[in-house]
Amino acid sequence: MKNDIITLAHGGGGIRTRNLIKELVLAHLGNPILNQLDDSAVVSFESPDLAFTTDSYVVNPLFFPGGDIGKLCMCGTINDLVMQGAIPKYIGLGLIIEEGFAIADLDKIFGSIAAVSRETGVLVVTGDTKVVEKGRGNGLYINTSGIGVRRPGVSAGISNAKPGNVVIVTGTIGDHGIAVIGKRQGLSFESDLESDVASLDSLISLLFNELVASINVLHDPTRGGVAAGVCDIAESSNVGIELVESHLPIKKAVKGACGLLGFDPLNVANEGKAIVVCSADAAERAISILRTHTLGKNARIIGSVVPDHPGMVLLKTAMGGERIVEVPAGEELPRIC
Amino acid sequence: MKCAVLNLARQDMVRMNKRIEQVYALFAEAKQPLKFMEVCGTHTMAAFRSGLRSLLPERLSLISGPGCPVCVTANDSINKAIAIAGCPDTIVATFGDMIKVPGSTTSLERVRAQGGHVHVVYSPLDALDLARKNPDKRVVFLGVGFETTVPGVAWTIKNSAETGVANFSVLCMHKTMPAAMAALVSAGPIDINGFLCPGHVSVVIGSNAYAFLAEKHKVPCVVAGFEPMDMVGAIEMLLRQIVEGRSSVEIEYSRSVTPEGNLAAQRIIQEVFEPCDAMWRGVGRIPGSGLKIRREYAAFDAELIFSDIAIESDDENPACICGKILRGVKTPYDCALFARQCTPSEPVGACMVSSEGTCAAYYAYAKKRGA
Amino acid sequence: MCLAVPAKIVSIDGEKAIIDTEGIRREVVVSLIPDPKVGDHVIVHAGFAIQKWSEADVAEFNGLMDEMRSVEPGAPGHGPHE
Repeated sequence: MKNDIITLAHGGGGIRTRNLIKELVLAHLGNPILNQLDDSAVVSFESPDLAFTTDSYVVNPLFFPGGDIGKLCMCGTINDLVMQGAIPKYIGLGLIIEEGFAIADLDKIFGSIAAVSRETGVLVVTGDTKVVEKGRGNGLYINTSGIGVRRPGVSAGISNAKPGNVVIVTGTIGDHGIAVIGKRQGLSFESDLESDVASLDSLISLLFNELVASINVLHDPTRGGVAAGVCDIAESSNVGIELVESHLPIKKAVKGACGLLGFDPLNVANEGKAIVVCSADAAERAISILRTHTLGKNARIIGSVVPDHPGMVLLKTAMGGERIVEVPAGEELPRIC
Repeated sequence: MKCAVLNLARQDMVRMNKRIEQVYALFAEAKQPLKFMEVCGTHTMAAFRSGLRSLLPERLSLISGPGCPVCVTANDSINKAIAIAGCPDTIVATFGDMIKVPGSTTSLERVRAQGGHVHVVYSPLDALDLARKNPDKRVVFLGVGFETTVPGVAWTIKNSAETGVANFSVLCMHKTMPAAMAALVSAGPIDINGFLCPGHVSVVIGSNAYAFLAEKHKVPCVVAGFEPMDMVGAIEMLLRQIVEGRSSVEIEYSRSVTPEGNLAAQRIIQEVFEPCDAMWRGVGRIPGSGLKIRREYAAFDAELIFSDIAIESDDENPACICGKILRGVKTPYDCALFARQCTPSEPVGACMVSSEGTCAAYYAYAKKRGA
Repeated sequence: MCLAVPAKIVSIDGEKAIIDTEGIRREVVVSLIPDPKVGDHVIVHAGFAIQKWSEADVAEFNGLMDEMRSVEPGAPGHGPHE
C-alpha cells in the first residue's frame, strides 16, 4: 500500500477506506478510544471548565524545514488550548486529500501527528477522511478540533491586559514564516532556518505552576505575526501597547531573508512562540522560568501596556523614533520597493 | 520591582544621537520651515519603519514624492496585466508589490482569487525559470521598477533570446527617474527645498543625472542611502547646503553611488530598451519618462504578443489630487476622496496604494490623533 | 523601488554566483559588476548584484549600524540569541 496513491475510492467509505484507516491511521495513532472507530468518541472530564478550539491547515508546501502539516496541525491546535490556560486532552482530525496524493507522504504525515501525540500525551480520538478529485485541493488539507481542561486559578484571556503590565515573547520571531516561504517556487533561497513549530504545553505549564495569578494574557502570534497578536490584545483589552524594536529577538538569518524580500519580521508567522502579558512584578521571574526550557531560552521582554492610545500599538524604533504597528494587510509579499 | 523598559517609550526621554542633534542645530540656523522630498518608495518605507519623522524638528517636513514605481503604474497598464492573466495557458509572473494595485475594476490579487494564473516572484530570473519549467504556457513578466530594476530585466530578456526561451515575454511598464523629477519641478509652483535622491537608482544612473535640478532649478540634492542613519545624514547635508546658500548634488550614500554610475548596467538598458512617454498614476503623462522594448527584442515584448486582447477602459477618478500631493502643494486632508472613497483597503490614487505613501501614512497617523 | 541588501559572493559559475546575506544563500547574476570574485562584498537587488563594496564601504556600513545601536541602551530581559 505504501507505494500507492490515494484514489477517490479511498474516500468512498468502503474497503479501501477501511484499509487506509487500519494501515495508516490506527497503525500510527491507535488508542482505546480511537480504536473503537465509533461515530463519536465518548470522553469524560474531571472539571466542567473546558476549552474547545478548531483550526484548519492549508500550509504550502506540506513538508518544510523543521516540520510538516502533520506536526503543524497538532501543535497549532494544542497551542490554542494552551493559550487559554487549558491542559490539552483530545483532538479530532479531519482530512481532505486530493486524488493522486502519495500514500508514502500520508504515512510520513501520520508519523508526525503520532510523534506529537506521544510527546504531549494528547490523544487523537476521532477523525474523518474525504478524497476530492485531482485539481480540487493542494494535496492535503487538515482540520483539527481540540478540547482541553482549564487549569484552576487561570484568568488569562485576550481582554485582560492592564496598564503597567509587561509584554514578553517566548523566543525568536518570524522563524516559521520565513522557513516556509524559502521553499516556495519563485522565492526560494537556501538557509539553515527551520520552522519553530512546537507544542508550547510544557513551556507554559512551567509558567503556570508558579505564576498563574500574574499571567493576564497568553496569545500565540501565528498568522500576521507578533504585530497581529499584539494588536489583537490591545484592541480586545482596550489598552495601548508600546513595543521596543531593539528588544525583539530575531535570528540573523530571519533578518537576512526579511531584508532580501522586504518583509517586516513583526508580520511573519510563528508556530512555536507565545506572547505573555503579565504583571510588572512577575516579569523578571517569568523570564527566568521561560529560559530554563529549551523552547523559551530566547525569551525577552519586548514592551509594556500603557493607558494611552487605547487599542493602538506603537513601536519605539531602533533609532529612537516612533511608529504605529498595524495588523498586517494580509499576505506578506516580497517587494522591490 | 519596576523594569527599566517601562520608562523607555516617551519621545521626550529619548537620548538623541549626535547626528540628530546636528539636524536640530542646522535647522535652527536655517530659520525657516523647510520641505524636503524623498522620491523613492524605499525611502518612504525606511522613513516609516524607523519613525524618522517623529524625530525631526516640527517644521522640517519630509514629504513623499512619486517614487514608488508600482504605485504610479497607471490603470491601463494594470488593466492590460489583468487581461493577460485571463488568457488561456498564460501565467503572469510579478513582483509582490503589484498584487494589490487597483485597475479600473479589479486587481491581480482578485484575479488570482478567481483562478487567474498570477505567480509572485523575487526576481525576473525566477520568471524566466518558470517559463523554462512550463514550456506549454506563455509566461509574462510584469516589468515594473525604475533604473535599479531595469538592468536585471534587460539581462533576462537577452538571456531569454540567447537560450531560446520562446514562451517568455515582458510587459514593459518601466519608468525612469530624472524625467519625473524634472516634471515635478517644472509642472507648477513647488514648495520643495531639497531632494533626497533615490539611492539605488543612482547606483545605476550616477549622481550626475540630477545636476540639472541643482544647477537650473537651484534645488539642493543629496543622494541618500536607506539605513535610518543614512537618511539623517542626508538631511544634515541638505540643511548645510541651505544654510550655506548652495545648491549642488552631493552623495551621502558614497559606499554605493558614484557620479557616473554603473556603466555596464546603463549599457544593457540601452541595448534592450529605448525611451518613450509614460502615464504616471496621479501625475499624468510625462514625456520621455518611460521605457519600451526595442524592435530587436520584439519576440519578447508582451505588448506586441498580446496586442489584440480586450482591455478595460482606463478611467482614473477626476477627483484624485495625487499629483498635487506628490508635488508637495496639497495634503491628503485637501482631497475630497481621502478616507472616504479612498482608503488603504480600497485605494484610488498612488499616494494611498503604497502602504507607506503619503495618504496611507496620514490615514494611519490620523487614527492615532483621533482625527 | 530599490530594496537591495549587502551580501558576500561565496562561489561563482560564469555569469551566476551564490551570495550569502546573513546566512541566507541565493543564486544571483553578477555580470553587471566589473570583475566579480569570490569573497567580494556586493549589494543585490531582485536577483542581480548592482554594485561592489570595498572593505572600507563595509566598515562604513557596520559603523552606521553600530551608531544606531548606540542610541538605545540594553534592557532587562536582554539575553543572547542567534
